[in-house]
Amino acid sequence: MADTHTAPHTAHTALAHHFDNMEQQREAGTLGMWAFLVTEIMFFGGLFLAYILYRSSYPAEFAAASKGLDALLGGINTVVLICSSLTMALAVYYAQVGNRKLLVIFLWLTVLLGMTFLGVKAVEYKDKFDHHHVPGANFVWEEEGHAPADQTHAAAEEVNTSKIQMFYWLYFAMTGVHALHMIIGIGVMLVLIYMSYKGRFSPEYHSPVELSGLYWHFVDIVWIFLFPLLYLIGAHE
Amino acid sequence: METTEKILEPRADYINNTYGIKSWLLTKDHKRIALLYLGSITVFFFLGGAFAVLIRLELLTPPGDLMQAETYNRMFTMHGIMMVFFFLIPAIPAVLGNFLIPIMIGAKDLAFPRLNLLSWYIYMVGGLFTFIAIVAGGVDTGWTFYTPYSSNYSTSNVIWTGLGIFITGFSSILTGLNFIVTVHTMRAPGLTWFRLPLFVWSHYATSLIMILGTPVIAVTVLMLALERTMKVGIFDPALGGDPVLFQHLFWFYSHPAVYIMVLPAMGVISELVANMTRKNIFGYKFVAFASLAIAVFGFLVWGHHLFTSSQSVYAGMVFSFLSYAVAIPSAVKVFNWTATLYRGSISYQTPLLYAFGFIGLFTIGGMTGLFLAALGLDVHVHDTYFVVAHFHYIMVGGTIMGYLGGLHYWWPKISGRMYPEGWAKFGALVIFIGFNLTFFPQFLAGYLGMPRRYHAYPEEFQVLNVMSTAGASILGVGYLIPMIYLAWSMRYGPKATRNPWGAFGLEWMTASPPPTENFEETPTVTWEAYEFRPVEETVVVGATGGPGDEPDVSGRV
Amino acid sequence: MSEHIVSKKVYFAIFIALIILTGVTYWVALLDLGPFNAIVALTIAVFKAMLVVLYFMHVRYSSRLTWVFVGAGFFWLAIMVVLTLSDYSTRDWIK
Repeated sequence: MADTHTAPHTAHTALAHHFDNMEQQREAGTLGMWAFLVTEIMFFGGLFLAYILYRSSYPAEFAAASKGLDALLGGINTVVLICSSLTMALAVYYAQVGNRKLLVIFLWLTVLLGMTFLGVKAVEYKDKFDHHHVPGANFVWEEEGHAPADQTHAAAEEVNTSKIQMFYWLYFAMTGVHALHMIIGIGVMLVLIYMSYKGRFSPEYHSPVELSGLYWHFVDIVWIFLFPLLYLIGAHE
Repeated sequence: METTEKILEPRADYINNTYGIKSWLLTKDHKRIALLYLGSITVFFFLGGAFAVLIRLELLTPPGDLMQAETYNRMFTMHGIMMVFFFLIPAIPAVLGNFLIPIMIGAKDLAFPRLNLLSWYIYMVGGLFTFIAIVAGGVDTGWTFYTPYSSNYSTSNVIWTGLGIFITGFSSILTGLNFIVTVHTMRAPGLTWFRLPLFVWSHYATSLIMILGTPVIAVTVLMLALERTMKVGIFDPALGGDPVLFQHLFWFYSHPAVYIMVLPAMGVISELVANMTRKNIFGYKFVAFASLAIAVFGFLVWGHHLFTSSQSVYAGMVFSFLSYAVAIPSAVKVFNWTATLYRGSISYQTPLLYAFGFIGLFTIGGMTGLFLAALGLDVHVHDTYFVVAHFHYIMVGGTIMGYLGGLHYWWPKISGRMYPEGWAKFGALVIFIGFNLTFFPQFLAGYLGMPRRYHAYPEEFQVLNVMSTAGASILGVGYLIPMIYLAWSMRYGPKATRNPWGAFGLEWMTASPPPTENFEETPTVTWEAYEFRPVEETVVVGATGGPGDEPDVSGRV
Repeated sequence: MSEHIVSKKVYFAIFIALIILTGVTYWVALLDLGPFNAIVALTIAVFKAMLVVLYFMHVRYSSRLTWVFVGAGFFWLAIMVVLTLSDYSTRDWIK
């Protein structure tokens, strides 16, 4: 049951006392992270459900509201995240082959790309704030081509506005929760960078990098869905 | 091979091998974490019980004379929240599951011991937030938080409570995650899935629900908080939202949640019935698969809570049909336990008495669930005491009996002491009588039309309510009895042997209480589940018990 | 089962595919395909997600159990969405 072959020091100390061998430990870690990602699917899923429901109820308003977002910025952010997934995958690769220097570099690149994403999001949020498109008491929506509601159209505008607002709370909730996950992910990356720098990882033991990678890719996948669903609804109009 | 020297040598077990509060609060030992949970859930149980006392006191008389309606709303809300989220959902998994699962599969601990400890701390933080909400005046929305009242009108501490529930949900998720990974990856050599104790199967199924369902209540509470603070219209019809969406999201978790509450109890019952009748559970595989079926089907029926909500009647029909379907695996279990009892070598001790209580009361609760699953009948009894009685039969008559039965059965293993059997039987009887007197009249009251969540009611219901309150006071006393003698036994109870019940299972092959690593040496399993043998064929193989052990008469030693 | 190391070439290939598909998504969105806009966009998104899951997340090279976990997660989301929509889409059937 005990390891009889000579393994590097890191591997021996990395084996937790309640596991029989590194393979079991690794398998447990992977399954554990996937179980956690399943919970994330269901968590975001609730918001996606609300989105599906309200978009199918108010297709016109959602399309109009979506045009208030900058699809180009959204597209850029999508590319940024895909790049960050590549750098993350490469970081895992270099951990697997034991190249500490490149592991650290690619983790830093991932962080950089993540922060770029958040920076663009901040720009977008600010734009929404400036246009009074943040849902709540100060929400104002101006239909293209008319001035803000006059008396006769007031009621219709009111209802319309609230349906537009429906899109925007979903936008903020979904991208906000996503951004929160990005921030946590960046935090995790920074911890990994510290650990890598300290030489904690080796080809025999690098599961924190792999498992964090799984998390990072998942957050990317959420965005892959958010981009068309939020930014591209009315794009053809 | 035992010499007198061994008798003088103190045996190190998980309780006494290290001392000091830090060694408990920073422990990674699943057994100690189970005890941490035991302490906390007991506190929350009595807190939830205190609210129940106030409810039943108010309902002694028809007019609302003990408290205002608004106050009463807070009473039943806090009772529900405490009991559901802080007692029923964690109790068996976090106490018995945490303690036993690694031992039952021959492992040294769960897959993620630190996450296990974290889950307890998260639970405590969630409990703290909810406690703060109580101190600040509580919540008055009902534990179901229906919109638009909770999102637009209630002035009570919805967000604090929601935060507490959100946080505690993560505790549940981490526990479930730990169990699933542990059972998949850490079973001892030779322990195939169909050799696992049914307790493990039940907890595995429960863990599936924890993982798949809990995140949805989390995001629902988040949406509720958003709506309350920003009034954006998520659930507000005036702004284009749908309040019933909340109900869909809420019950998508909360219905499977009731299976989180009952499946572990069923796992306990399987252990009690098999071991105290010295027979393999009749139809072991059917019972194992039934656990999974309950977990899966449990996710398909939530709409039966929305029959009268303006949900489409066609969706209602689908949910009604599926609700009948989900009863089938539960019924299979009840039949199989009963069949196991037939011609078994029955030992009428307290754990089995609780199991009998469970089987009878769960059956009543389950069958009344079928009443509720019928669309037409539900229109009549929805939101009446019929529903209240139904779920209390399952949660109290079912889960709590399972919990107490399991606590008694494994008490010698957990504490190393035996509880006093006479007092235990008495306590079980008091609880059984108190329980039925409390809740059976509620079926009648509800069917006759008494609505739930009302603090005042027409005169005609008073007799039934007085019976119910009388029962509740007996039940309350009944719960105190085990509290007292179990606590007493920790110090003064006779020391338990390794296998006082002559039971089957890896947990009975290690010392009572077990050493920190659970086993001196990882066992290799070569036997089937519950493979009881006649006494003559018993083979004693390297007993790891301590001094004073009687020779065991179990199938395996 | 020892760890399978996915080659850098594969990663780059998937990366290029993802970028191209992002471009396609954007470009198709500019055309008016009526109800098919949503379907096409989502289909591409699902395909992109699959590429990330299979290759970047190594699921292609993982155990069957991992596949079950991943599948179960998405399947459960589908249950929630489909059964809830069964309410909303049939509310109008009774007038």
